[in-house]
Amino acid sequence: MAAPRASRLNIHLQGWLLVLPAVVLLATFTHVPAVETVIDSFFSTPHGKRPAVYIGFDQYRTMLADPVFWLAFRNNLLYALITVPLAIALALLMALWVNGRIKGRAALRLAFFTPTILPMVAAANIWLFFYTPDYGLLNQIIRLFGFESVNWLGSPATALPALMAVTVWKEAGFFMIFFLAALQQVPPVLYEAARMENASSWLVFRRITWPLLMPTTLFVAVNALINAFRVVDQVIAMTGGGPNNATALLLFYIFQVAFSFWDSGYAAALSVVLLSTLAIIAFLQFFLLDRKIHYR
Amino acid sequence: MNRFTRFLTGAALAATVLGGSHASATELTFYYPIAVGGPITKIVDGYAAEFTKAHPDITVKPVYTGSYQDSIVKAMTAAKAGNAPDVAILLSTDMFTLIDNELIEPYDAIATSDADKAWIKAFYPAFMENSQAGGHTWGIPFQRSTIVQYWNKDAFKAAGLDPEKPPKSWDEMVDFGKKLTKRDGSGAVTQWGLEIPSSGFPYWLFQALTTQNGAILANQDGTKVAYTDPKVIEAAQFFADLSGKYQVMPKGIIDWGTTPKDFFEGKTAMMWTTTGNLTNVRTNAKFAFGVAAMPAKARGGSPTGGGNIYIFKNDDKAKLKAALEFARFLSAPERAADWGIATGYVATRPDAWDTDAMKKYTAEFPAAAVARDQLKDAVAELSTHDNQRVTKALNDALQAILTGAKQAKPALDDAQAEATRILTTYQH
Amino acid sequence: MSDRSIRLISTAAVWLFALVWALPLLYAIWAAVHPSAFATHFNLAAPLTFENFTRAWTAAPFARYFLNTTLLVLGIMAAQFVICTLAAFALARWTFVGSGVLFALILVQLMVTPDVLILENYLTLKQMGLIDTLTGVGLPYVASAFGIFLLRQTFKSIPSELDDAARMEGASTLQTIWRVYLPLARPVYVAYGLVSVSYHWNNFLWPLIVTNSVETRPLTVGLQVFASVDQGIDWSVISAAALMTSAPLMIAFLLFQRAFIQSFLRAGIR
Repeated sequence: MAAPRASRLNIHLQGWLLVLPAVVLLATFTHVPAVETVIDSFFSTPHGKRPAVYIGFDQYRTMLADPVFWLAFRNNLLYALITVPLAIALALLMALWVNGRIKGRAALRLAFFTPTILPMVAAANIWLFFYTPDYGLLNQIIRLFGFESVNWLGSPATALPALMAVTVWKEAGFFMIFFLAALQQVPPVLYEAARMENASSWLVFRRITWPLLMPTTLFVAVNALINAFRVVDQVIAMTGGGPNNATALLLFYIFQVAFSFWDSGYAAALSVVLLSTLAIIAFLQFFLLDRKIHYR
Repeated sequence: MNRFTRFLTGAALAATVLGGSHASATELTFYYPIAVGGPITKIVDGYAAEFTKAHPDITVKPVYTGSYQDSIVKAMTAAKAGNAPDVAILLSTDMFTLIDNELIEPYDAIATSDADKAWIKAFYPAFMENSQAGGHTWGIPFQRSTIVQYWNKDAFKAAGLDPEKPPKSWDEMVDFGKKLTKRDGSGAVTQWGLEIPSSGFPYWLFQALTTQNGAILANQDGTKVAYTDPKVIEAAQFFADLSGKYQVMPKGIIDWGTTPKDFFEGKTAMMWTTTGNLTNVRTNAKFAFGVAAMPAKARGGSPTGGGNIYIFKNDDKAKLKAALEFARFLSAPERAADWGIATGYVATRPDAWDTDAMKKYTAEFPAAAVARDQLKDAVAELSTHDNQRVTKALNDALQAILTGAKQAKPALDDAQAEATRILTTYQH
Repeated sequence: MSDRSIRLISTAAVWLFALVWALPLLYAIWAAVHPSAFATHFNLAAPLTFENFTRAWTAAPFARYFLNTTLLVLGIMAAQFVICTLAAFALARWTFVGSGVLFALILVQLMVTPDVLILENYLTLKQMGLIDTLTGVGLPYVASAFGIFLLRQTFKSIPSELDDAARMEGASTLQTIWRVYLPLARPVYVAYGLVSVSYHWNNFLWPLIVTNSVETRPLTVGLQVFASVDQGIDWSVISAAALMTSAPLMIAFLLFQRAFIQSFLRAGIR
């Protein structure tokens, strides 16, 4: 009688001992700072000898009146809404191609996947060169077809799409892998049956492939969505948020306010917006993916 | 025997090294942002090594910190974590920010001997305008510049212009620009007349235009800006007209970093950039080029620019003293001359121009003196409290104007409102 | 049109797409292996050169950056293995007071990575006196929710009879983990290791904030500092530097393509 009780107690103790290092670190760098950020957002930024004072929702009022914040927020939404579907669509296409009986599959897969391996900062510098007005490769090609050279990163209309292209380029190959794996798990019987019915390849895709890929698509979409709200490397490396904040994104703006302007109170308020956005995605994931990924 | 001698020498050497590290009581961390890639970082490392050789009790550890923008972020981030560099070269315009954050030590507090006092007075007064505030000297000029115009003499010749005559006025600049802008059969431009960069810190190049138009952007105390002065608005309109109305400059934002490359590639016949690019241009331009002072409107002139040496606060008096010693070393006439020759930056003090090396250099390459001669018309670079934010407001406005997102007046009205909001805290 | 020609055309189209996809990278490679003068001019007769790489290598302390990054990624990986294994084991095998809530709280980090909370984490690190240390760069990532989750799933799939058998022989918990779980979960460790190494090799924002000196600066930050030139850009050298920083991962990928892809899959899906 005594032995099981002792061992059960032992398990509680041992369990906590084993998770303790992880818990302490996670609390230190995730939970505590998240709560502190919320608290800090209700205080003013300490300045020289002036300490931080409680100012209620003042930081948030400043934020609502700050056109750069709204622009960064809007840019970030656009970024997510455009790069996520685009990267997924391309990834799916690539996977279908590479999965098919095409010549040189290995080389194709290599071409699609290699960008994923590059550090974003390196990719950004490579694209910076690619985008250079006039003699950058992209513009050389465009001029070959008789069009005027485009100042990709120097015009507000094209700068954000230009950054999006880099993101899609980096991510599509990564997502392709997941689709590829999912495709290889589709039972061949289904395709045989479809062929017997003489179904068109579009119909096969819509009725068989696509539904079976749904879980993968959702998984990839959620990941891409989270990434889209954490984009910052390429902004720092390529545009610095310019021209006229056309490429300012949330995390970049937080970085700028926190480490260039040293306005910690305002940076905290901005971080709360980012945290809330990520929380919303978490809920989305909970409802969408709940059935597919079992956390317990 | 031979082996034994070698062993002895080795041991002796090791002893010296170890002993040396004991003697060097003071170590200085030194941030610097020069960025012409390769050779320049080597020069700075060389200075540090030379200094340590002359002062065996002080070791200098140079840390390259990227662009000016990166460097101030880095210096502030490190300093706020209690990890400040001892000496740093940062933009002269970062002065108020560094003072407000109580990070730097005024030179007059540590440079107290007569020789020290004379040293502070040795530099061109135009450079000291951005280095002094509230009766103190906070920065010592190191790599300082003015904006100059570079022109491609071959392109001038090809366009039927006198290759020895750069534009002297805004009108001439537009006029020459039109002649220099070449299009191919389909109407696509193959060579632009002019490039004035507008990425990163467009306010600086813009300030040349406002200066020439007779406007001053900020007060001496750095507490007020005049972004909506009609002369400023007019200058902004002209900046936009260069690509819009006159079509002598590419549309959109022109990247600061690639502008020299555009010039080498013959993509633009004239460019405005810092004199600090002079050596880079001299090495890489495959054609005859000229360097001239800025063109004039109401007057000529350019803002000064570039970096000062700052000494960071420290409780350790020995470190402050060592830092001062290093600042004096870096800004000595021979070093100022050497640095000027290596980069193109203006040697910061008149006596540097009397050194043999500099005399020889300017004799064979007179263009080197253009930026210095322009100092008589130079104004202080825009610098205020909370400088990053206040200049960002202007940068954003300028980029909005240049990309056609906003008209000049409303854009600058917005910038003024934002700057005023930020600066109210400092107007006691 | 015959089936054959349709197949041919679509194959060609796919190949064209792949070529376009690889273009930015190929362009960088072109610029890196030719003299600057040919960076933007295509000429098959252009001489090949390795000079851009040597220039980049000597212009900045890339050797040191490589060392820093290597130490960093290996250090993080080793620490993650230890810490995540312990936590994952406890969460996979035992139900103890608060274990459910704990696991949910751990998963929060999947969303809120340390770089989202840059300012607070920087202040925390400052209090710990770890600014400008490799430990400081790595520490926030050591307890990785992803790692714990992944290993927990794996451990759960290991039959607990094996566990009991080990204990019968008198093995302690740690010995059981070491003798039973680690060997069985080896492929997952390889997968997690690869994912971790490539993530931290490429990580940028956090090390940018935390490091102030050459002795701690990893490759990505070194590359950015090197490429942000205020006085004119030499694309050939920058392309060379960019390729150089990516080279180890790229070469490893070329050599172990299958393992890489399998690893990303394993880490992602299961």
